Amino acid sequence: MSGRRSRSRQSSGTTRISEDQINDLVIKLQQLLPELRDSHRSDKVSAARVLQDTCNYIRNLHREVDDLSERLSELLANSDTAQAALIRSLLTQ
Amino acid sequence: MASLFSDNEQPPTNSNSISTVLVGKKKSLSASTGDGESYARWRSEKQQRIYSAKLIQALKQVRLSSSSSASTSSPTAQKRGKAVREAADRALAVSARGRTLWSRAILANRIKLKFRKQKRPRQTVVPAVTTVVTTGASSSRGRKPRVSVVGLNKKSLPTVNRKVRSLGRLVPGCKKESVPVILEEATDYIQALEMQVRAMNSLVELLSGYSGSAPPPI
Repeated sequence: MSGRRSRSRQSSGTTRISEDQINDLVIKLQQLLPELRDSHRSDKVSAARVLQDTCNYIRNLHREVDDLSERLSELLANSDTAQAALIRSLLTQ
Repeated sequence: MASLFSDNEQPPTNSNSISTVLVGKKKSLSASTGDGESYARWRSEKQQRIYSAKLIQALKQVRLSSSSSASTSSPTAQKRGKAVREAADRALAVSARGRTLWSRAILANRIKLKFRKQKRPRQTVVPAVTTVVTTGASSSRGRKPRVSVVGLNKKSLPTVNRKVRSLGRLVPGCKKESVPVILEEATDYIQALEMQVRAMNSLVELLSGYSGSAPPPI
């Protein structure tokens, strides 16, 4: 990773970020997104689109985690004895 | 996105079912794509580790909610949900081993909040975890690059910059970072979140299978 930074073309005092680096990162990000990964126009998706979809995807994931944690808290609170025994048995594996 | 959450087989009445379920998921998911090493990291046995860490946290959550004097009415439902969410996030951040910004930010926030509060019911448990992690994070592995963003103006389409900034606000601890840092952290964070969702899904399924109760009324 550090080798990529030393490859930047600008020869000023501070290390500047090269566009290739940013493009690589955006491409890597694009491959993580489920919607853009299967798209055949893989080289025509703009960076703004990728970033926007990334934001949406992260928000979706956050919402899912919130929902799941609510369900988990209900489950844990409602059935005390059953799951307590379950957890204990799992922890002593 | 439905392809991420593979259907679990019915859990047998055996305490070894969880590891087999997770192993089954791991194998089915690792066959889909083969990216870099970060991909392998969040799909590998780290999943087992975070699972056990989360179980321990969840257990303490249960003790906390049962010992507190709150009634079982709706006002505390959200707090319990938030407590579970925070515990899950903390477990996720711990299993990141302090190599990423967002995990350090999550844990740092928890510590700050805990020091601000006066009553600390979980104090006996949390410092044992956090001290280990903070020593690991303070001896930082040099993952914080000092790169100035000024020279980015070749491609500084304001929309791209704006979107990167908003993305940085979503990822914990990356509000003021430079663009490549935000992008890197986002890739790792997304994979970690996906793993968290999968683990919580399987946990919910298993618990609801065992308790056998009807879904709670909304």
